[in-house]
Amino acid sequence: MLLIHCPHCGEGREEEEFSYSGEAHIVRPLAPQDLNDREWGDYLFFRKNPRGIHHEMWYHAVGCRRYFYATRDTLSYEILETYIVGEKPQVTSAGSGQ
Amino acid sequence: MSQINRLPTGACTDSSTIINFTFNGKQLQGVAGDTLASALLANGVNVVGRSFKYSRPRGIVGHGAEEPNAIMQIGSGAATVPNLKATQVELYEGLEAASVNGWPSVNFDLMSITGWFGRLMPPGFYYKTFMYPAKLWMTYEHFIRKAAGLGSAPVQEDPDSYDKLNQHCDLLVVGAGPAGLVAAREAARAGARVIIADEQSEFGGSLLASTQRIEGQAATAWVAELVAGLNAFSNVQTLPRSTVFGYYDHNFLGILERRTDHLGISAKLGVRQRLHRVRAKQVILATGAFERPLVFAHNDIPGVMQASSVSTYVNRYGVAPGNRLVLFTTNDNAYQTAIDWHRAGRTLVAVIDSRGAPEGELVTAAKKLGIDVMAGCGVIEAQGGKRVKRALVARLNHDGSQIVGAVQKLDCDLIACSGGWSPAIHLSSHTGAKPVWDEQIVGFKPGESTQQERSVGACGGTYALSACLAEAVLAGAEAAKLAGCGDGNAHFPVSEVEEYQEQPQQALFLVPHTKSTSRAPSQFVDMQLDVSASGIELAVREGFESVEHIKRYTAMGFGTDQGKLGNINGMAILANALGQSIPETGTTIFRPSYTPTTFGAIAGRDIGALFDPERYTPVHRWHEEQGAEFEDVGQWKRSWYFPRSGESMDDAVNRECLAVRNSLGILDASTLGKIDIQGPDAAEFVTRMYSNSYLKLAPGKCRYGVMLKEDGMIFDDGVCACLADNHYLMFTTTGGAAGVLAWLELWQQTEWPDLKVYFTSVTDHWSTATISGPNARKALAKVCDDIDLSSDGFQFMDWRDGTVAGVKARVFRISFTGELSYEVNVPAQYGRPIWEALMAAGEEFDITPYGTESMHVLRAEKGFIIVGQDTDGSMTPADMNMDWVVGKNKSFSFVGKRSLERSDSVRENRKQLVGLKTIEGAQVLTEGAQVVFDAQQKIPMSMQGHVTSSYFSSNLGHSIALAVVKGGHSRMGQVVYCPMADGRIIAAEIVDSVFYDAKGERQHV
Repeated sequence: MLLIHCPHCGEGREEEEFSYSGEAHIVRPLAPQDLNDREWGDYLFFRKNPRGIHHEMWYHAVGCRRYFYATRDTLSYEILETYIVGEKPQVTSAGSGQ
Repeated sequence: MSQINRLPTGACTDSSTIINFTFNGKQLQGVAGDTLASALLANGVNVVGRSFKYSRPRGIVGHGAEEPNAIMQIGSGAATVPNLKATQVELYEGLEAASVNGWPSVNFDLMSITGWFGRLMPPGFYYKTFMYPAKLWMTYEHFIRKAAGLGSAPVQEDPDSYDKLNQHCDLLVVGAGPAGLVAAREAARAGARVIIADEQSEFGGSLLASTQRIEGQAATAWVAELVAGLNAFSNVQTLPRSTVFGYYDHNFLGILERRTDHLGISAKLGVRQRLHRVRAKQVILATGAFERPLVFAHNDIPGVMQASSVSTYVNRYGVAPGNRLVLFTTNDNAYQTAIDWHRAGRTLVAVIDSRGAPEGELVTAAKKLGIDVMAGCGVIEAQGGKRVKRALVARLNHDGSQIVGAVQKLDCDLIACSGGWSPAIHLSSHTGAKPVWDEQIVGFKPGESTQQERSVGACGGTYALSACLAEAVLAGAEAAKLAGCGDGNAHFPVSEVEEYQEQPQQALFLVPHTKSTSRAPSQFVDMQLDVSASGIELAVREGFESVEHIKRYTAMGFGTDQGKLGNINGMAILANALGQSIPETGTTIFRPSYTPTTFGAIAGRDIGALFDPERYTPVHRWHEEQGAEFEDVGQWKRSWYFPRSGESMDDAVNRECLAVRNSLGILDASTLGKIDIQGPDAAEFVTRMYSNSYLKLAPGKCRYGVMLKEDGMIFDDGVCACLADNHYLMFTTTGGAAGVLAWLELWQQTEWPDLKVYFTSVTDHWSTATISGPNARKALAKVCDDIDLSSDGFQFMDWRDGTVAGVKARVFRISFTGELSYEVNVPAQYGRPIWEALMAAGEEFDITPYGTESMHVLRAEKGFIIVGQDTDGSMTPADMNMDWVVGKNKSFSFVGKRSLERSDSVRENRKQLVGLKTIEGAQVLTEGAQVVFDAQQKIPMSMQGHVTSSYFSSNLGHSIALAVVKGGHSRMGQVVYCPMADGRIIAAEIVDSVFYDAKGERQHV
């Protein structure tokens, strides 16, 4: 069970308080009607599944009810940072094309 | 002839206190401090079980968690526990133990006949034999389970209670042997909050059976002093009888504390077992090591034991498990067993040492006692039936791979073996750390992990006691410092230990026989699952290479002991067969649980009524008083129907439905989700989330809306009311309320944080009574005089504030039945009085309370969908024939809009909502039934859709159903078929999904 630091509450809390909300930093296209089916499909369905560094979204569902981002190593499950929506990650797998 | 093997004294037993118990129905006696295993050995019990596959007689081999053979069913009735190891069961007065396998008895086992067919049951036997035909698997499994005897679980409810404790600590020390105790003391002194847990009843680990002297006193006395010192710290929690069974992410560990098991099978008072869920800043693993057995022919005959176990029974329990001992070793360490046996006054036939010239200090000490040592030899075979009778001994070559001399027979009844030690790396393995092979200790050591942990003492490969202690004080101090306590320097001096210098051991994983491995009598590697050396070699010959595959093919390590004894020998034999090294071959990974953990402890108190919260509406008690039946909707208890005396469910539902259409019904709709939405951008936000527009919805008005996921599929639906400018009340489905709120928050927080809008769940703040039927207006008028209820003054899809029966209320004129309906909302605490006032007002119209079942029938008559019943996450509004709910001209591309134009969303032949009218009106389709176009086709039929809702409609006098059928909207009038599970095929005509009042006139009166 993970121990997750909520950047809004400022505390490490048990995973049971959170729910996972998928990959982070997926921006909704501003003009969906201008995209063809393939482009729209990429936005809708295609997600990264990296071995290693992954930026993902978590929801403090039974805490502050805020969404935030976490950088997690999918091999070790280590959470390297959590940060608020609008911020950029400090830890990235730069150069690996992730 | 009781306790023939009992010695005058044992370090941890009190022979003046006799304890009575039964084993397989026979009355026996043990003493205080005994385990079931030590008591059985004291009584000279040889056979304690039968093996899994060949049904060979098996005896006790070990003295702890590693025991593969002595698997017991303890107690009887509701509290009986299967698959406990006799070595871990503390003896108590009246204990009833039975072997889990062996039928009709372990001494006369009909199944042992399969032993004769041993060579016909190679590895992979079950895969090879019982694969086909698949439908016979149930028969095979029954036979195998009965034959194998895996114990039996009680069928009655567990009479005991269990609980859970969430704990945080600076340091968790796993194992209270010498290393663990010393590390815990050091950290405690530094001020760390320490938990130290050990699976045994007493702290001390290996020292409980040791004859070594520490600081000039007996080991047990030194331990007692140390434990007393630990208990004196207020920041230390000591947990004996507590197994750390799993090491999970982020230093989260599970501990099973057995609080009363040693007193009897069921706790007379209080909690039987407690699950500690511990989040530790630092962890020290001091779990010790398991002695490795030696693999020789018929090494499974009762009377072949682990050398350290023999010492433990002699020293700790005061039991000598035999009379004539042959000790077979590859190392100096096991000579201690020879010395212990000699001191116990029993016959020591000889020490068989595989090494050519053993000269360590312990060897010398043993020789001084007159013990006969045969160097450069090995026990190549044990002989005997239900007990060892002799050992066959032969001279081996320098690396133990070949026999180089004649075979000699030694009469004995006990063969103690030591093939060195294997660190107990199980918990380290749980962290994902990859074990590392160490040539020096001839074993796998814990690998590096990303968790905040370290291994000390024997589980880290450090075996000499003085070195363990030195390592442990440092580890304790360092772990405490990392947790923020102390300066990292050890404070306590390392204790003086009386110790022998040891010479290197020999690596010997398979003792050769005069015959080849495939022809020799079975050389067992995994006793519990009858895996032999020849079986592993055969698996390699059949083409298996990976250790993980071999494990699954041969079942090595799959027993309840997880191969704690056999695995290393097995991997080494595998490596040899593959012609590669052990590190190249690798090891299988241990996973939780370390030892079996009861479901009771894992469930704790989250059972029965406490399993999940139940939610009640403010009118719930009234429903109960009326004899309502309830159904679960999410966590809500909703009234399902209100049977009158003698009525069946069908009778009640038919009556309720007729009452609503003909006069007046009342429904408790309090459970619908309600979200209050406010903020300057509320209108814009709501319009982006629903498929239709809310920008022009005026205060006082309501609108039905459908919410889509971004893939265009229906996700929730409900009415949304405009309470004021930029103030809305959104109704959700009962089950969808929490999900919708999270969905709104997701979009606002992550995609459109610029929109100023706020959400509050108000579901529980309101109690909602829906009155529905042609007489609804007349009834409401009797208790409400400040709302203009006229058809024009208060129109369909309007809401009004007013007073109902003296209470401020918000009334919505919306309808889920298609009848004239008013939903009367009052603050929750007024729920019941208002309900009763409406009942009184409706009395002259024979107002009829109805439940969710009638609600479903009435809405199905109208073709109104229920999200999650008629939709399944793959339905667009168009599929539901609800194009009218999609605002095509909205300026902002609302959630899901673009997906409605995807090629897949507009393709023909999508499943579409239609009505089904059975040709024989009395026949009711089964929900979930498949729809086919041709009933005569062969199975498997081509499935064209399925029934989503189906009822008998008392208003229409025939059954009605909703279904989704491929291309259904263009198939009106066609006849389709629904094959039922009972073999009937029901024919039905595709009709419009609105069965009743197609023009919708009744709700507009």
